[in-house]
This record gives sequence, structure tokens and C-alpha cells, in this order.
Amino acid sequence: MKKRFVAVWFHHLETDWFIVRQPALRTVPFVLAVKDHGRLVITAASTRAEEQGIRKGMVVADARMLLPSLEVLDHIPGLHEKLLFKLAEWCIRFSPCIAIDAPDGLIFDATGCAYLWGGDIDYLSTIIKRLNGRGYQVRVGMADTIGAAWAIARYGRSSPVIEPGMQSTVLLPLPPASLRIEQELVERLYKLGLHQIKDFISMPQSSLRRRFGHAFLQRLHQALGNEPEFIEPVQPVEPYQERLPCLEPIVTLAGIEIALQQLLDNLCKRLELEQKGIRTLRLQCHRVDDRILTVGIGTNQPSRNREHLFKLFENKLPTIEPASGIELFLLEAVKVQDHSPVQEKLWEKRSGLQDTPLAELLDRYTDRFGAHCFYRYLPDEHYWPERSIRLSQSLEEPVTTAWRKDVPRPLHLLPQPQPIQVTAPIPDYPPMLFRYKGQLHKIVKADGPERIEQEWWITEGEHRDYYCVEDEKGQRFWLFRAGHYEADKTVGWFLHGFFA
Amino acid sequence: MAQPASDIIRQLQHEILPLQGYRSVLGESAVKIDLNIINTAFPNAIFPTGAIHEFMVNSAQGKAATSGFIAGIISFLMKEEGVVLWISAEPAIFPPAFGFFNIDPHRIIFIDPRNQREVAWAVEEALKLQGLAAVIGEMRELDFITSRRLQLAVEKSRVTGFLLNHSKKKTNTNAALCRWQITAAPSIPIDDLPGIGYPCWKVDLLKVRNGRPGSWEIAWINGQFAVANDTPVLIQELHKKTG
Repeated sequence: MKKRFVAVWFHHLETDWFIVRQPALRTVPFVLAVKDHGRLVITAASTRAEEQGIRKGMVVADARMLLPSLEVLDHIPGLHEKLLFKLAEWCIRFSPCIAIDAPDGLIFDATGCAYLWGGDIDYLSTIIKRLNGRGYQVRVGMADTIGAAWAIARYGRSSPVIEPGMQSTVLLPLPPASLRIEQELVERLYKLGLHQIKDFISMPQSSLRRRFGHAFLQRLHQALGNEPEFIEPVQPVEPYQERLPCLEPIVTLAGIEIALQQLLDNLCKRLELEQKGIRTLRLQCHRVDDRILTVGIGTNQPSRNREHLFKLFENKLPTIEPASGIELFLLEAVKVQDHSPVQEKLWEKRSGLQDTPLAELLDRYTDRFGAHCFYRYLPDEHYWPERSIRLSQSLEEPVTTAWRKDVPRPLHLLPQPQPIQVTAPIPDYPPMLFRYKGQLHKIVKADGPERIEQEWWITEGEHRDYYCVEDEKGQRFWLFRAGHYEADKTVGWFLHGFFA
Repeated sequence: MAQPASDIIRQLQHEILPLQGYRSVLGESAVKIDLNIINTAFPNAIFPTGAIHEFMVNSAQGKAATSGFIAGIISFLMKEEGVVLWISAEPAIFPPAFGFFNIDPHRIIFIDPRNQREVAWAVEEALKLQGLAAVIGEMRELDFITSRRLQLAVEKSRVTGFLLNHSKKKTNTNAALCRWQITAAPSIPIDDLPGIGYPCWKVDLLKVRNGRPGSWEIAWINGQFAVANDTPVLIQELHKKTG
């Protein structure tokens, strides 16, 4: 069968996406710009802006000269690759074989597809209509070769369809840029007065190759169909989803459990093959009365352990009300992550933080107590005691600074320093006795002071002079005096912690 | 010839111990915890791992002292890469202090069950998990049924559980293997220098199954438990030096 290709050109891909998101932009000329060497360079201009003569590559300041009311939005890096991929996945309805044609096009292998839509013209008009419906302006072309379809989509003046075998005649009046060659080469051709393909197509091959290189000749032949060209089709990710329709509506908890186990079994089998693990999982129960009940779970580490995932669901299953019955179960892994299997160790029982059973235990806690129910402390580079540690929710986060061991620190720290009454000789001696919660502590031994200054770049405030003291019973405390002694104010003493 | 009665009794005692929750761990993985003089209180003079230890706590200072003593024990259990779970609704722990007990503070995972009633469930789940070095739980009270469940869990998983019992009531019967009370004792001076020395605790072993309860003073010196030698502390003299 003779090959047929369709080229789709999204001439305002990114700006169209912005308009879809913010319909108010439809009537406003706007551009997307990115900072480059201290100036804003336009990366895409909307149709309205282009009508005013604003082009991609201009500097925003220049564009504002042409159109002071120009709206400037931030360019989103990586957006157009993402959009193209999404569109390619969506376009699989038109052809099973779709390739991305960077930077702003798609190529369909439409061999044998068009007749399903009632012919080439209808096929193309459906594509245009559906894509316009999604908010994207497109131009399309169809031909026997990728090169010719590409050329007619971008530079064609009349019909977008090149009848089979006609590409060599239709391409003749098109400009050389339609051959997908470099800009530099195009300029050289123009300089030589070769404005159309027909001007050079009959020149001897050897002289064309000598003057313009092999790549140029290859592009020419690809467009004419003398040389084969291949595309790399997009492979869409199949959603991680399992369905279980039931012959009889399910009304019991036992029934739901069996259904969930079956679904988990199938899903985990697939995940095992693809070396993925589940992070977020959602179970949808479609009831006979058309209501959908949803329960979901999350894990802290990718997992495909059936028993574990089932256990996480166990608490939530009783919340499902089957009412008159559930006829369809749908289990969907909303978020999956790469998860390569670890060799199981037979003998080693003791294990560190990267232990799967430990992660599973923490999942169960999260499931029952809610997120943020577990944490670790990591050292932080601050002297102020409250700021010298920080919470970490992750088990993988490495320790970047060493723990300080050279200074005495209490094992128990009060969340708020508690004011105490002291008797202390001035200027810098530890107290002789202090009263805390109505109890008098006579100090027998003391160390200090250790002065800790406020970090002025974070907060203003008084420094603290810390003393480690021990009373006559052997209880050890961490006290501090806030600030200096001064004539006109009373100095505050505080209890901040208990030593072991 | 009939066996002498003492042999029979010894043999029977050996059979009774595992039934009561003392199970000796064989092989290299056995962790030796040297509590110095306190070892004599336990059957076979070995600190029982894989068991529930209950600590009575009645004040903030008492909690700090108890945590210090437990930190000393778990430093043996954690070694290079062990992980400890600290389950409490209000831990108030300042982790950098664990460095003093040779523990990496980042290998302690704190669990906040939001609710006192959930602590028992969380502790039981944690104790069922093999591979943890130890589990520390803070509870308002410990009744017989809960303690029995926890004791059965550790007998299977061989994890050591430390329960801080904040109960104000008079102690009740429960299934924990040991019941301790730790209070702070005057520190031991370092080389006769003034100031605070090595931390020292008064350890009361109120109950130990098949062992000998007792009371000792023990200090933590250079990563080891050591007997607090009875050098008299001259309070007056020291006060002069510090004051």
C-alpha cells in the first residue's frame, strides 16, 4: 500500500495554550518572554500580537515601541515539549502511529486511515475541526512523503492534499525553506536567486551536492519520495488501571475485600513487570444507583506489596456504603514511581532507615494518624538552640552537617523557656538558688556561662547566657539569663531544659 | 541413682525462664548490654532484650533522667545503623543531646499519634516489626491487657520495648518483664574539677521477673555504664569553687 502522511503545524502552540487557560487573553495581543542577558526576549507571540508586526526573537522593549499595550507573560520552560507530547497522545484517535516533529508539529502516518473518515479531505477537515475545538490553530498537509506533507502544511497556498505521486509537481512553486533545511542554506539559495524549488530541482545532482552539501540533497529526495524517511512513533503510557465488573451487585464487606484483592493482584503483577511502585492508589466503586464512591491511600515509598497495600485499605473499606450494590470496581494507581526490586536478605534482621518493612509501618501510621505523623530531626547550621535542629519528613534525606557534640545540651528541652526566680551574684555567676513551679532548688555545681547570640539576620533580640547547673538532689538543669545586667531593668532568668 | 534435688531444680528453672519471656539469643547477633553491677539482678546475669521494660516517670526531671538511662541502653542496641522509634504525643526531646550517648540523633524516628489512646496501638505495631533496634513509647498508663499484648509481640519479634509510664496512680500489676524507676543522682566529678561531671542516676529496679530487685547508683562514663564510686561529694567546698 502506498504510504500517506499528514503533517500538522501548530503555528501558535504556546500562546493558544495560554488562551485556553485564560480566555480573557483572546482579544489581547500578548507575548511570552524569557530573560536573556538582562533583556526580555520574546519566545512566542499571539496571533493578535503578530498582526501588529511583533515576531518571535524580538526584544520586549522594541515590541513595546510598536504596541505599548502589549501584555508580557513568562515563558514556561519545557512547556511546548509537554504540550506536543500530550497532543500526540490525544491524536492517536486519528492514526495509530504519531510522531513528534519538534519544535511545533506532529507527523501522522495516515496510511489506510483516511477512508475511515470518508476520504482525504474529510479526514483533514476532521483533524482541523477537532484541534480547533481544543483551542489550537493548526495547518495541515497530506502527501505521500513526510517532507511534502510538511512543506504543504507550512507553505501551501491551495489544497492541503497532494494527490498520490503528485508531490514533485506540487512542490515546484514552493520556497526552498519548505524543504526543512537550515536557515543559512535558505539564505544562500536566495542570494543565488533560487527562490523556488523549480529553480534548482533540475540542476545536476553532483553540483548541488558540491555547493549545498549532502544533507540538502537528502532533504530534497525525501520530499520527492526518492529516499525513505522514518518516524519515531509516540508510545502512550497505558494508565495503571484495573477494572472488575461484577455479574451480581456486591453488597458485603467480604465481597469488596475479595474484589480489592483481585484488582491489587493484577495491578501489582503489571507493576512488577515494569519495575514500578505505587505512591497513590484510588479505588472507585460504581454503585447501581449511579453514585461513585472513592477511597484512596498513599505510601511514603513506592510499593507493590499486595498485603501491605491491602492493609492500608482495610481501615477505609468499612466507610464504603454499598447500598443497593456495587457493580463495577475500578482501581487506579494515580501516582507511580520507579521502584527496582531489592535482593531480599535471608539472615540480616537488623536494618537501617531504608528498610521496606519500616516504610510500610510508617505508611500504616500515616494512614491512621494523617500526614506528618512521623518525623526525624536533622542538624541545622544555627547556634540558637531552637533553630539548631530541623524536622525532616523524609527517611532518605541525608545529614549534611555533623551533629555538634562539643557543647553540653539537655536531653529534654522545654518548648518555651520558663521564667524562674533566682538569687545570683552579679555580673556573670550562675545562680545560687532558683525557684521553679514553687519548688526551691539549691545549686551545688554549675558550668558556664555559654553565651549564644541571637542571629541578627533572622531576628533581633537579646543574647542568652546559658548555665548548666545541678541541685543538691542531683537534678541537672539548663538555665539562661537573657541579656546583660543593666541598672534600670530587671534581668530575666529562664529554665530551658533538663539534663539526663 | 536419683538425681540430686538441686540439679532437678536448676533444670526446671532453666525450663521456666523461656516461658516467662527470657529467651536467650544465639549467634553473633546477640547484643551484650553491660549494665555493670545491675547485671546481677537478672537471671543468667544478662540484660533481657526482646522484652518490655516499664519505667515509672513522675516528673519532667525524672523523664529526662529516664531518657538518659534508656539512651545509654539503646546506644548498645543501635550500633552503627539501627533505627529506634520514639512514640509519644509530647516527646519534648532535644536530639543533639543523644550525641553524648553515642547515638546518631537522625536515626531516631519520632511518631506523633496525635492522641494518647492511639499510643498503645502504635507501640504494638512497632514492636511487631523485626529489625528495629528498640521502640520507646510514652503512655499515660499501662494496664495488664495492653502490657500482655506488647510482651507477646516482642517475644515474637525480639525487639526491646521501653515504656515510659506517666501514671500518677499507684503501680498496678502488668506483664512487663521489669519495672524501673530512675531518678537523677549527683554527678561524678571529672578529675576532681568543679562543675558538672558525668551524669549519674539512682536506678531502682522495682520488679524483675525471676531476678533480684534492687537499688543502685550508676553513672555514664565514656560510653559505658560505671558504678558511681562512693567518693563523698563535699557540697560546701564545691559551692565555694563555683560560686
